[in-house]
Amino acid sequence: MSKPKVAFFDFTSCEGCQLSKLNLEDDLLDILELVDIVNFREAISDRGEDYEIAFIEGSLSTPHCIERIHKIRRQAKILVALGACAHIGGINAIRNKMDQDEVRETVYGKDKYLFPSIKAQAVSDVVKVDYYVPGCPMDNQEFKKVLSALLTGKIPEIPEYSVCVECKAKENECLYDYGIACMGPITRAGCGAACPSNGHYCYGCRGLVPDLNKNAAKDVMEKYKLSMSQIKKRFYMFNTNYVNMEEKEYE
Amino acid sequence: MNNLSIRVPYVTRVEGHGNIVVDLKEGKLVKSVLEIVEPPRYFEAMMKGYLYTDAAVISSRICGICAVGHQMTSVKATEAALGIPVTEQTVLLRKLLVYGATMQSHILHIFFLAAPDLFNAPSVIPLAKTHPETVKMALRMKRLSNDICDLIGGRTIHPNRVVPGGFTKLPTEKELLWIKDKLENQMVPNAKASFELLKSLADKFPAFQRETEYIGLKTDSEYAFYDGDISSTDAGIIPVEKYREVTNEFVVPHSTAKHARHKRSSYAVGALARLNNNYDKLNPLAKEVADALGMKPIVKNPYLNTVAQLVETIHVTEESLKLIDKLLTDGIKAEKPIQPEKLREGTGVGCTEVPRGILFHEYTYDNRGQIVKANCIIPTNQNAQNIDDDMKELVPWMIDNGMNKEQMTLALEMLVRAYDPCISCSVHFLDVEFKE
Ligand code: SF4
Ligand code: SF4
Ligand SMILES: [Fe+2]
Repeated sequence: MSKPKVAFFDFTSCEGCQLSKLNLEDDLLDILELVDIVNFREAISDRGEDYEIAFIEGSLSTPHCIERIHKIRRQAKILVALGACAHIGGINAIRNKMDQDEVRETVYGKDKYLFPSIKAQAVSDVVKVDYYVPGCPMDNQEFKKVLSALLTGKIPEIPEYSVCVECKAKENECLYDYGIACMGPITRAGCGAACPSNGHYCYGCRGLVPDLNKNAAKDVMEKYKLSMSQIKKRFYMFNTNYVNMEEKEYE
Repeated sequence: MNNLSIRVPYVTRVEGHGNIVVDLKEGKLVKSVLEIVEPPRYFEAMMKGYLYTDAAVISSRICGICAVGHQMTSVKATEAALGIPVTEQTVLLRKLLVYGATMQSHILHIFFLAAPDLFNAPSVIPLAKTHPETVKMALRMKRLSNDICDLIGGRTIHPNRVVPGGFTKLPTEKELLWIKDKLENQMVPNAKASFELLKSLADKFPAFQRETEYIGLKTDSEYAFYDGDISSTDAGIIPVEKYREVTNEFVVPHSTAKHARHKRSSYAVGALARLNNNYDKLNPLAKEVADALGMKPIVKNPYLNTVAQLVETIHVTEESLKLIDKLLTDGIKAEKPIQPEKLREGTGVGCTEVPRGILFHEYTYDNRGQIVKANCIIPTNQNAQNIDDDMKELVPWMIDNGMNKEQMTLALEMLVRAYDPCISCSVHFLDVEFKE
């Protein structure tokens, strides 16, 4: 059997997810036995256009991004979104809640229409995405799992319960007891509650749990008497595109 | 050679999107620039209104490759603005994290991004077949530096223990002992082997030289990474608070990243700039290696930035061992992050040497601890004009040396790579004035 050809493409991102792959170190050499990497700009000079699996990092934030992703989707049999930027728009989407014309103008002044830009979108807002590896950065062990599932023809799965569940299983102290607003109750698990386990609040980088009842989440946060405007900000940090809280409801 | 046109779209093996454009018409160089075409990111605008506890979480995402540096600089700016003190233990651990990140980044650049050119390979992948021991060694060195970042920062990319006032979780003494053992028994011998390797490849670096201004942090006590004053090979010492007088950013039409200049048309930051400012503070083994590789200040060949990175890798290994000994002698104290006594309006500048050079963050907070204004000045922006200026002299130099187009293209790509530019970082977009 010939090795499947895979390509990696980066859009508007911090490149942390690309680096995360390089951080697989020893496993890298094993992965190279299984697949043929034809396009990975950050690490190799070759640029191949014939690939079956495309991995996408970053959100789509210019008309050029939209063109490129269509071209990639036409070629790829399987398209996988890597990391929060590609999965949910991620941190880049914070600016979506701001006045776009004002954002452009403050940056480019009178040349505001020189560089076209649009709201930062998740890949699935524009083309069909087959699978995801969530997180900011994506977890490289999860990436490995998804990759090997794909290579063996299985369907990769990601958990549908919340980070809170993983956090409790680890018997961490709840950050709410310290008055810290943590997104754990409403964030999709799979990271092993990476941040709360390190004493840091969860900022929801893996996206919201699928059946999010945003008012239930609001109740949890209200129970601990946290400022509504701050909670809204924290909701927006990685999930701007998915949380639509009316200003008037909260302020 | 009278007419020449070189285009390298999306230079590979650099972080982010940049194009090399060189045009020679009738013997005259009409264009030689690195176009930066990365989509703008608007970070400072995005940080507005966020709490001081969120600033480092957001600014970390300016760049996953430089995340430790952004977080460190961010918490220092916040601490300066809000008057939050930190303990000696926090400073020691932060330095250890900075050194781990420096090793990690330098090793990645030396072996994975720069070395393929020295071996005439398109990437590290074929090198895994032709030079398996070298590649395996590089992977081991990188793994270890990642482990250091994991153990101190929680994780390597976007660490999750670094907050204003300290760390949310501390390493154990056992973990520190493990790092110490690995540094002594693995990193030191591997770094020595890397030195032998680079020495044997030294003639692969073009012998091009150009005078410029070199800027980096400097302090009396040590080779400066975590703290110090701004130091320039042209202008001496400048306090960090006056950073805008040094960076003087300006916009050029061919780049979505702003450029910077100080005393000349451009200046350089990064490993070579630090070495040129801090050479006399190198640890013994690092100094030996620097001398053996001819790295005595002022080194004017930009390609040797990669060599300076190896010297620094050795230096920070030695320095980390000293830090760990101190931490173990004192014993790890169960300290919690220090909270601000009272939120207040304030502005603060943070400055740290990150792998690619000197980094500044400046934040203004309102009396509720929310960001009103943010400004970040990134090493790659500061190097951008210097790269253009290098190219302007490099092209005629290459013609004089009888190089063909293919050789010239490679030398130009190698030049851009030598700076280890972080283009993702450079277009975070600077100096946004907020309209209320
Ligand atoms: S998801 Fe996070 S780590 Fe990955 S590219 Fe986006 S900002 Fe970087
Ligand atoms: S704990 Fe939350 S913020 Fe941290 S990695 Fe998991 S989902 Fe992301
Ligand atoms: Fe960077």
